[in-house]
This record gives sequence, structure tokens and C-alpha cells, in this order.
Amino acid sequence: MNNERIRELKVEHITKRFPGVLASDNISLTVGEHEILALVGENGAGKTTLMNIIMGLYQPDEGHIYINGEEVNFKSPNDAFAYGIGMVHQQYMLVPNMTVLENITLGMKESWRTTKIDTAMVRTRISEISKKYSLHVDPDAFVWQLSVGEQQRVELVKTLCLGAKFLILDEPTSALTPQETDELIRLLDNMSRELSIIFISHKLNEVKALSHKVSILRHGRVVFNGSTKDYSPKEIAALMTGHEVETTENTESPCEGAPALTINNLCVRSDRGFLALDDFNLEVRQGEIVGLAGVSGNGQRELAEAINGLRKVESGSISFFGEEISNKTPHEVIGLGMGYIPEERNTEGIVPSMSIKENLILKDSEASRFSKAHILKEKEIEDYAQAARKDFDIRSPHINIAAGSLSGGNIQKVILAREISRNPKFLVCVYPIRGLDMGAAEFIHRQLLDLRKKGVGILLISEELEEIMNLSDRIAVIFKGRTQKVLMRDEANSSRLGILMAGVKEDE
Amino acid sequence: MNNYKLWYKVSVITAAILIALVVGALIILAVGGSVFETYWIIISMPFKNMRSFCEVLTRMIPLMIIALGISVSSRSGINNIGAEGQMYMGVIASCAIALHCDGIPRIIAIPLCILFGAIAGAAYGFVPGFLKAKLEVSELLSTVMLNYAAAQFYLFCIRIPMLDPNEKTGTPMTARISSNATLTKFIKGASLHQGIILAAILVVLIYILLFKTTWGYKMRAAGASERAARYGGINVSRYLIISMMISGACAGMAGAVELMGVQGRAMEGITSGYGFSGIVVALFGALHPIGIIPAAFFFGILLYSQVNLQILTAVPPNLVSTLQGLIILIIVAVQMAINNPYSQERFRKRFFKGTIKDIRNTSDICAKGAKEA
Repeated sequence: MNNERIRELKVEHITKRFPGVLASDNISLTVGEHEILALVGENGAGKTTLMNIIMGLYQPDEGHIYINGEEVNFKSPNDAFAYGIGMVHQQYMLVPNMTVLENITLGMKESWRTTKIDTAMVRTRISEISKKYSLHVDPDAFVWQLSVGEQQRVELVKTLCLGAKFLILDEPTSALTPQETDELIRLLDNMSRELSIIFISHKLNEVKALSHKVSILRHGRVVFNGSTKDYSPKEIAALMTGHEVETTENTESPCEGAPALTINNLCVRSDRGFLALDDFNLEVRQGEIVGLAGVSGNGQRELAEAINGLRKVESGSISFFGEEISNKTPHEVIGLGMGYIPEERNTEGIVPSMSIKENLILKDSEASRFSKAHILKEKEIEDYAQAARKDFDIRSPHINIAAGSLSGGNIQKVILAREISRNPKFLVCVYPIRGLDMGAAEFIHRQLLDLRKKGVGILLISEELEEIMNLSDRIAVIFKGRTQKVLMRDEANSSRLGILMAGVKEDE
Repeated sequence: MNNYKLWYKVSVITAAILIALVVGALIILAVGGSVFETYWIIISMPFKNMRSFCEVLTRMIPLMIIALGISVSSRSGINNIGAEGQMYMGVIASCAIALHCDGIPRIIAIPLCILFGAIAGAAYGFVPGFLKAKLEVSELLSTVMLNYAAAQFYLFCIRIPMLDPNEKTGTPMTARISSNATLTKFIKGASLHQGIILAAILVVLIYILLFKTTWGYKMRAAGASERAARYGGINVSRYLIISMMISGACAGMAGAVELMGVQGRAMEGITSGYGFSGIVVALFGALHPIGIIPAAFFFGILLYSQVNLQILTAVPPNLVSTLQGLIILIIVAVQMAINNPYSQERFRKRFFKGTIKDIRNTSDICAKGAKEA
């Protein structure tokens, strides 16, 4: 273990090629002591690749890395650890059925004795770190019991226990609730008094709130380096996407369409058996977007699944254009004109190993357009996929590559293309822009507003208040499986919604 | 641009074959055989004359038919380890019909016997499929257990109810099946029989099923991602059961064909472990009907060499099974290596440094294309 402080980390002229892609193109950056650098850029701009190079997961084709002016050559993450560089990945690397203590022990080689593990030492270390950075974790809790935010704290403690003096965080807030995000920002700000931090993000308000310096990557190149305080989020966004970003907003007056989806007294159980939806009520009309705001885990997933026939309804009714659809099969619900953009786009929204083309007909392989007497019409499918790729701006070399190899934004466009091309009568959208960059998010929002104009009712489930307030005609707040309150768009503001999302009833 | 990947794969596979040969050589030496002679017999004997080549093709028939079935079930997300048992059921069902085919024209008798083999295999495949789809019973457990049950049931049948009435020594076997239900041999004195036509037809049918029909599409979707398939309105349990029935039907047909084309009667050990070798053939052929053909040929050679080694050398024929096991292990290891991006990267760095063209231009072209599109 190298105990020297990291006064400066400098990368110079880093270039990294993958077959067909220039992931990093002559990148140079410097991070000084106690500095927070925000690395922003759209998906596929090369942020994660660059961080993986710094961590020694990839070797650069060209370029050098210097620590305190001395050149280093990391062959593996262990070499980077030895210099005190630690990374928290976007996907947490924790074993769910082990305790926090056990998870941290896994990486701490110095606690491994020949026949046993020095848990006492790990425990002391955890409590030291917790105190020093006010990162509270319960060492004896099992990881599966923890919320996403708590798991992230464990990752941070783990990295710090390993002796990290320089932290790299890959999209640390992408899975957090707004409250957890605020807390993380406070924590990191606090920690920067001891450490240097690089964090990857595309949420510009966080960048603004937290970082001292910002570097913007586009197509593998640094297009901008500057001091955060001199620029507004809007200016940073324009630099990031290469053009002015307009927020898509629903400005039309609330519609008076006929009811499309009416949910009454709905009760649904979660995977663990408790009532995730408990007497839930909601109505969405045709040509209306209803935003369902709430901290994730309050029954949103179960609601979406129950509507789409993927989860058993215990009691209550879901009426879809007058027809009762609770406990129908997914196939029947789809047949009635329901569209669904699921939460887990990589594993549920697409079959990752199948091609874009095949994924586009997932719901319609039996439709007369794509098959005759159960034989697939390859020409039609091909043409349809080509058209969808063009209309929905799916960026891929061709339509025969595995959908799972696309970036998150492009996967979401494949799903959107499939759902919208089916001309649905209604659309359930769950966290449609989670983890997407601004360009893709803007595209998806525009598509949703277009659908609304065509008279399609949309149930928009999201935790991003900004998204909900920009798009919805009405906003419902869900808390512990119940509708907390339904507001018109002009009655809503983020503090009012935040209070409702936290479970406080307004009349109390 | 992907040139180094191809070379990487080629060298990994070559290395794997070499390792298998070296380890095999050590085993041959350990049992006191001659390495060169043994390998020479394995490789050269099948091509010595038409008769021995036919022997290899004959062994390909059940291997291919079973592997085709396995490819359907595996692609649908269920591992059918029960082909051995399904094959036994196919033998016994088609035998029950084939024994009583005197007086029925061949054109009816032969399809009828194969059909009954298929039905019995399908029924036996239905059980683990149903258990998995409805009760989430692991198919590994149920198919392996059903293999034991099938083997015992088969033995019981050929020992008591279907025992050859003219058999006085007590060898458990049935009487010879009717000549109307016997598959014709193509060349006099060579073992190759009409079953190979069935195998060829099935290659085409299974290919069409998997890649050209909506059923195959849904099966593959269900196998690749159960969640996404459910989301897409696909009845995953139904396709799981159907795929297991197809898989079982194939194994049953393989049994029927082996009975009607090779053995002529049901006797002990009629499956010769084809039900297990078929799984390896399917994996070796990348679960693709076309890939299964060379894979079955390769394993046909290996199985045939068992006979030759016994006759021509002092090496125990079980050596071939050992080699087979080694090959399976090495395939698994090779697949891991082939898919490992890090070792790919190391390979590229070591052998291809500097030969990759600067792709800055191509990526610019890509970016431009994306903008225009």
C-alpha cells in the first residue's frame, strides 16, 4: 500500500480503440487534491471507458497516466488500489446474501489470516470510516435487506476501507431517489475535504451542486474543460449534446376525454408476499398523461405488472375501456391495445441476445403483417425494422445485431418503436428516461407528447419530479400502495409533491 | 477489422484439440498402448472402405436425431438430460407395434412404428416439461430420475411381457420385429439404413421450426429471456412443454430407428448411451441444426473407433469415452476463453500490435452516417 497522498492525477493523450469505435480520443485531464471533477457526456461518449482505463481494467493504446507527476502503469484494478484509487461502479458489486461486514472483508486482503478472518479488525475499520465521513452502515445487516441508497453507502465504505484516497463514482445517483441523491451530494461534498473525486453523471443539477470542475466528453473527445461555477446547467447541456436543448413540456389544456383506464380498490401482493398495492384507485382518460410520482418501492412496479397481466390481482378491478382486465394473461391485455414500457429495459423490455429486428416483433410475431400460417415473413420484418430504425433514430450499424449490445438510450428507442408502432390505445411507461442522456430523454418525451395528441392515454410512472411536472396533465402521488393525492398540473410544485411522496397527508 | 478475433478463435480451438490429444496420449501411455497407433486407428479406420464409412454414418443417425431435439429444448430454456429415457420409451413403444406388423404394407408399417416411438418419447418428455412449467421442478432432477425409471421399465418389458417366446437361455430380449417394419439397408453388407433419410428430413424441419416459424421464434425468445417473453405476451410454460415434447419425440424416434434399422429387436443396452452423447453433439454443434451434422459425424467417428480399438489394439475401448469426456471439458473451457474479452484483448496486443489500422476514420464515418440517418 502506497501511503503517499494523491496531490494530482493527470492523464495525458489517452487514446483507446475498440473494433469499430474510437472510445477515447486523445483525452487529457487533471484532478488536483480535494477537487471534484464532474465528467459529463451523453451515453456512449466514452466516460466509463476512460474511468476503466484509469482503474487498470483496460490498457490505453496511447497516452500516459501520472500520479503526483510520476508515470504509473496499472495492469489491473489491484495496481490502482495500491495507489489509493477506488471506484464505485454503476452496478454495485455486493453479494446480496452476505452481511455488510462480510462483503467488506471480501476485498480486504489484509484481514485474511491463514485459517481465519480477522473480523474484529474489519469492524474497527468500518466504524472508523463511518465516523470520519459520517457514512452510517450497519455491519451486521444483510445486503439484500438494504435499500439501493444504503447499498451505495456500503460500496463507498468498502472502497474507503480499502484505503482509497481518490474516488471514482460512475453515475452514483442513477438509481437513487431524490432524497437519497440530496444526501449523497451532501456526503460527497463533505468527503472532498479529505479526498479527490471524479464523478460521472448526466444530471446537470448535480454537476452544478457538487463539482468544482467539469469536463465534457463527446464521441470520445474532451470538448470542454472548465470551472463549474462559471456555467449554467443550460450551457453545459448545450455543450454536451452539441446543440441547444429545449425541455419538452406539455402545455396543452387538460383534456376531457372518456375514461381509458379505471382502477378501483386494487390490491396486489409483492414478491415477498405483503400487499404492495392496498386499495389503490386511479383513473386515466384518453388523450391524457397522468404522472404517478412516488419514491420507488411504493407499489409502482406491482401496479404496472398488474395492469399488464404479469402479476396476480388479489382484489379490486382494473377496467380498460369498460372491459375488466385484472388477471387476464399478458397476451390478452396486449391484444386489447395496451402498450407497456417496463422498468427493466435490459431484461424485460427486450430479449438481449436477439437482434433488434427480432425484438421489434416480440409482441406481434403472429400478426398477419409479419407471418402467414405461422411462417415468418422475413422481407416484411426486415423492411419494418429498417423503417423503425430510421423513424426512431436507433443508432446501430444494422438491424441484425443483438439488442442487448446497444446503449441504454437505444434499447429504450427499440422498445418505444415497438410499442408505438403497434398503435396502442394506452401506454404504461415506467421510468422511461432513467439513466438516459438528455438527447435520448428529449426524444422519448417528444414521442410521448405526440402520442397524447393522438388521443392515447398514458400512465407515466417516474421518480423524476421534473419529468412528471413537465409532461403530465394530472399528477397522482403513490405512497405505500395507496393514492396519496391527485393534483392538476398547475397545482403541483416540487416541494408539495416531495411532501406527499414522503407520506405526509396534506390535511394533517 | 475483426480479423484478430477470428485468429483468436482459431488458435484457441487448435490449442484445445492439442491439449485433448496430449492428455489422451498420456492416458494411452498409462494403459500401455501405442499413442500413434491408437490415434491412427481412430482417424483412419472410418475412411478405409465404404463399409466402415457406413458404420460411422449409421452411428450419426441417432446422434443427429437426438441432438436436433436437444437443440429445440435448450433453445427454449430447458435442459433435457432425459433423452436416454425418452429413447428407451421410443424403443419399447415402436417395438410393441413392430412385432405385429406382418401383413401390414411397409409404407404404412414403418411410419406407424416411428410415429409410436415419437409419441412415447414425447409423452415421456412432457412429464419433466410440465413439472418445470407448472411447479418449477428442476428439469435436471426430473429428467435424470426419469432416465432411471425408463431404463428399469424397459428391462422389465423385455424380460417379462415382451420376452422372446423362443428364447430359452433367458437373455432378456424381444423377438425379431416384423420384416415389414425393418428399415432397408442401402448397400448390401453395410450397416447404413434408411434412418438417415429421417435424420436429414428432421434437420430441415427443425431448422425451419426454429428459425422460420413463429413457434420457433417464440421458443427462442422464451429460452433467451423468460421475463421478456412473458412481457411480450408469450405463453412461456406452454412453449416450454411443447419444446420438451419435441425433444422427447426426437429421442423416441431415434430409439425407433435404432431398433428398426440396426438391432431388429429390443435388447439390453440398445441405447448405447446415445441419449447422453446426443447432448454433447448438440452443444458441439452450437445448438444449430446445420452445426449438428459435422458434430454428429465427429462423434460417430469416435464411437466407431471403440469397435476398432477393441479388435485391433490392446487399448480398452473405454478410452474413447474418456476422450469424449475430455473433449466436453475442453469445449466448456474453450467457450469461456473464447468469450473472454480480456484475453482477447491480450491476444490482440501480443500478436496484432500495430497491424490494426487507425480506425479514427471509420468511427468518423459511423458518426456521420448516424447523423445523416
